[in-house]
Amino acid sequence: MALTDQLTSRRSFLALGAASAAMTSFGSPARAARVATKARIVIIGAGAAGTALVNRLVDRLDGAQITIIDPRAEHYYQPGLSLVAAGLKPASYTVSQTADWLPQGITLVSEYAAAIDPVAKTVGTSGGQTLAYDFLIVAPGLVLDHDAIEGFSLDMVGTNGIGALYAGPEYAAKTWTAAQKFTQEGGIGLMTRPETEMKCAGAPLKHAFLLEDIASRSGARGKFEIHYTAPQTSLFGVPIVAEKVRMLFGERGIASHFGQTLKAIDPGRKLATFTKSSTDPVTGTAVTADVEMPYDYLHVIPPQRAPDVIRQSGLSWADKWTDQGWVECDMKTLRHLRYPEIFALGDVAGVPKGKTAASVKWMVPVVEDHLVAMIEGREGTQVYDGYTSCPLITRVGRAMLVEFDYHNNLVPSFPGLIAPLEELWISWLMKEVALKATYNAMLRGKA
Amino acid sequence: MQDLTFGTLIAVFEEIFGRGLFWAMVVAAALITLGYVYVLVRDRAMSMRKFLLAQLAMPVGAVAAVVFVQVMTDSHLRDIGGPVDVIVLLGVAVMGAVGAAILVYTLQSLFFRKAVEPNLR
Repeated sequence: MALTDQLTSRRSFLALGAASAAMTSFGSPARAARVATKARIVIIGAGAAGTALVNRLVDRLDGAQITIIDPRAEHYYQPGLSLVAAGLKPASYTVSQTADWLPQGITLVSEYAAAIDPVAKTVGTSGGQTLAYDFLIVAPGLVLDHDAIEGFSLDMVGTNGIGALYAGPEYAAKTWTAAQKFTQEGGIGLMTRPETEMKCAGAPLKHAFLLEDIASRSGARGKFEIHYTAPQTSLFGVPIVAEKVRMLFGERGIASHFGQTLKAIDPGRKLATFTKSSTDPVTGTAVTADVEMPYDYLHVIPPQRAPDVIRQSGLSWADKWTDQGWVECDMKTLRHLRYPEIFALGDVAGVPKGKTAASVKWMVPVVEDHLVAMIEGREGTQVYDGYTSCPLITRVGRAMLVEFDYHNNLVPSFPGLIAPLEELWISWLMKEVALKATYNAMLRGKA
Repeated sequence: MQDLTFGTLIAVFEEIFGRGLFWAMVVAAALITLGYVYVLVRDRAMSMRKFLLAQLAMPVGAVAAVVFVQVMTDSHLRDIGGPVDVIVLLGVAVMGAVGAAILVYTLQSLFFRKAVEPNLR
């Protein structure tokens, strides 16, 4: 009988837990009444940021005319690309339809934003439409500048040992074709990252860790070496994480090369040319020199910049990231510093860090708050403090759940339970199974 | 993560196993639980003989649950990296063990009722 009692109590405990969870989600006090407004809101971009925001705005606003501009029919779940490029998920894992995520009662314009006039408050589209706005959300994402790498083009991906997982689901899958050959046959694996700001600075590290792990359990065991090159002077922007990764690279035998920016490739001879920056020990001046490195597998991550339309419309910072053109905005409210009715959201925002889906999840409620407040004629109160999360995969089956903010502080979601700098199975489970569900909930405006 | 709601939790499980498999498992678990409650109410007693066999099924259930989770998530025992991982692993094993015990007990009670059994109460 004791067992039955235990089962009953256990089950009632679980039921209680489920019920209280349900209470938190459904039983919370009803949101303030929807704000009635005739405001014209234009959102450029229906990626993670634009979609999450529009789904929240339709719940908050009554009567607003919301238009979202995006020509791409497919939505990419970009956090999954690392898994696709390691053969752990198919390309289809990351692909859904943009229109399926959008709410009813808004207008989707399937064209590019071709011009923004922040003074006249209009957006011109590639199809020739001119959309007037009262409020503008700039969330077009960023552009991968593959042409900046001499000798490289996307049609090379998957052949001759060349990978480029950032370029999209199809290219991530092709990247695995090239990477898999390396994990079976061995040789020299060469990892790169750009000098510019980039999406998810953890992804190049994950790719290196995953290939090392898979190769050391596959045909290439004992027959490969991996070199990680970076234009920066450390392995990660957050010092405490950089140190941990440095130690892991040491244990795993992955060599690091700092101050090296990929400049050109010669696929025929399998040679990559880097611009190496260093300081002259005698004169103290900066010197650059070209360095050639051979490879059997090369992972290319190109420089990343704001789309041309942003840079040409005068929305970019004039004195920061001048070669990249990120939107000039307040780092806590994401509001444009010169045009208060414009907000930047997602990758295009000119703030330190923050080019991840996890950042978007925390940015969206802040922009929503300030936008709705502005419509109501008051000041918003929410603040974005640079939260970014990176489930830094270190092996197939293990990851470190690294979360940090503008100040390089670690901000763990589960302090005392999930240690941020430990390689844990539970962190892997979160990355592999829980993250996409959370992401999807975010797109629907529910998380 | 900012908040973890019941809806998110369901979505997470759908993501882990696929929507069809997840709800099939929920239905199976609900049916087995109902069956268990039914036989308990019907018999108004727990048969210790059936319970003994059910107990023997527990280790099998524990191992099966762990293997199932690992296969679904591309992971292995070598990935256990810290105390919290051991807790998760044990949690999965306990759920598998209890599930197997309930399943075996219920099946015996439903389909092998006529077996002669001394009353050990």
